[in-house]
Amino acid sequence: MPSTLQKYAKVTGIDVIEHLRQLAQPLQGMNVVHINSTKLGGGVAEILHKMVPLMSELGLNTSWEIINGEKEFYQCTKGFHNALQGTPTDLPEKFLRIYENVNERTAETYKSKLENADLVIIHDPQPVALIQHVTEKKGKWVWRCHIDLSKPYRPIWKYLREYVKKYDASIFSLSSFAQQLPHPVYLIAPSIDPLHEKNIQLNKNEIEEVYSRFQIDPHRPIILQVSRYDRFKDPVGVIKSYKLSKKFIPSLQLILAGGGASDDPEGEAVLQEVQDAAQDDPDIKVLLLPGDAHRTINALQRIANFVLQKSLKEGFGLTVSEAMWKKKPVIGGNVGGIRIQVINHHTGFLVDSPEGAALRIRYLLHNSNIIEEMGNKAKEFVRENFLITRHLREYLTLIYSLLQNKNERIELI
Amino acid sequence: MIKNNQTYILPFEIKDCALIAKATGKRAQNLRELKDFLSIISLDSIYYHFWGTLLRPRFDDPEYHNDFAIWAENSLHDNILAERLAVIDPTEFQNMDQLRTEIIEIIEERLDEVDYPLWTKRDMQFEFICSQIIIFNTNKTILKPIDFVTAIPQMSVGSIFYHFIDSRKRLYNSIDDFQNWLISFGEKYYELRLKINEIDPYFSTLTKIREELAIVFRNFFKGEQDA
Repeated sequence: MPSTLQKYAKVTGIDVIEHLRQLAQPLQGMNVVHINSTKLGGGVAEILHKMVPLMSELGLNTSWEIINGEKEFYQCTKGFHNALQGTPTDLPEKFLRIYENVNERTAETYKSKLENADLVIIHDPQPVALIQHVTEKKGKWVWRCHIDLSKPYRPIWKYLREYVKKYDASIFSLSSFAQQLPHPVYLIAPSIDPLHEKNIQLNKNEIEEVYSRFQIDPHRPIILQVSRYDRFKDPVGVIKSYKLSKKFIPSLQLILAGGGASDDPEGEAVLQEVQDAAQDDPDIKVLLLPGDAHRTINALQRIANFVLQKSLKEGFGLTVSEAMWKKKPVIGGNVGGIRIQVINHHTGFLVDSPEGAALRIRYLLHNSNIIEEMGNKAKEFVRENFLITRHLREYLTLIYSLLQNKNERIELI
Repeated sequence: MIKNNQTYILPFEIKDCALIAKATGKRAQNLRELKDFLSIISLDSIYYHFWGTLLRPRFDDPEYHNDFAIWAENSLHDNILAERLAVIDPTEFQNMDQLRTEIIEIIEERLDEVDYPLWTKRDMQFEFICSQIIIFNTNKTILKPIDFVTAIPQMSVGSIFYHFIDSRKRLYNSIDDFQNWLISFGEKYYELRLKINEIDPYFSTLTKIREELAIVFRNFFKGEQDA
């Protein structure tokens, strides 16, 4: 049976896998621990589900733990998430104490593992305070921020920064997301997994089954946005774009497919707003899918003529690369990480308003040859730049950099 | 080790590399700020914005090949400046300091020409980035130049970057490692060296450079391989 890495070789080419093996060789036996807040839902969990076994297969002893808390803990961390993306959010002192207590308790639970790890990678703000409670640190601690931190709500950032400052380094997806910190700030874009159920090739029957399941007409144009029900993803703006386009293309159908994440208490309220905006239009399908509906999402992306990701704020937007991997051009919000995936007029279009999105929807639906041309370019662009193998290479490179930070050139020879 | 007349030539060791990018925290929102930062930023950062583009996400057939030109076009919307910056060929400069001076000259010239501020939105600022390069051995060696015919198509893009791009910064004669090794054989591979020298290291992608190198070696050794 081929190893996971061998399976990737079929997608990326053997040279990419050999490159990883050689890079990982001197790191054999190193203890690496990843910590985030959920194993189900959201881009971070998706990346870790594959990153952790791949690092293990390359010979690093890699584990993944989560920080678990009560309802108020998640309300607090959701508040952090919104505040770090710029929404003024004042949190009661009580919430902050609960946040600190959960971090302290978690640090105690994993005390031995965290003390003995050569590298601890803490994802996002939920577990960032763990560092405060681990006094005997053997290895390096890195904070991996998946959020756009370019314009944070200052009082909350001021609070969290005190923890972040204690880390040996931070990682951001883009330079423009980063804040000034007293340690090295690395730049690593996220990635998609081509072998994930969400991205693998599906057979025709499985793809076509979603037409009947969701009452979608296969003979009429379909546009799709896949994202959790979050105001920053602007699902209501997508409906507005659809309605503007529908005046010119009455046969148009819109699918909004979203899941919930266990650490997102606001999802229900946003879903209600979306349902209100959709009103009784039978050509708008608002789908609330379970966190493991990967094959369904895969099929929906494949039946769409093209895909939208009209976010107002976006750390990266994994759904953009997922759609591009399936040869779908993307009409994306001109923000954050979408900008490095959607190359305007080549792999899709960047838009700044619902009107802009509507214009591009009409343009693409009148030019099916452009959809095909852009789709082909989009897939190759993802193959070169946004697969998990590239992400893994950068994590390995980061480890060397952390160990020998002073030198511009590090020769392992 | 190969004996060539009375000298021994060391095998060509195929190395590989990976870059990791780091934020410098320096950002320019207008052209004057860009110029001011350019005069103090590390040469490593200028190198990254010219050559690092080869090893990171970018469209396969970009209109402009360095980040300064791309920013002038996309963020300042100044086509004239973008075109002037885009034609800079970094291989023409003996060192990065000279390249820095040239970029600053072009920007100063443009600042003299325009009587309106060239600026952009906060979220479209120029982000100065630098990088660290990690170099490692692949444990593969080339004993005879003809071995490159089969070895080059299997090289990673990291290896191509190291031996074809990074070498220009490393070697005193600012050439690629392939030519540098072939020089050890005297005049025997002079024609091959000329062909390699014709490959443009800058206005291309690493994948294309790999393909072009493979073709050059394959064509040169065609007769010997057939024999």
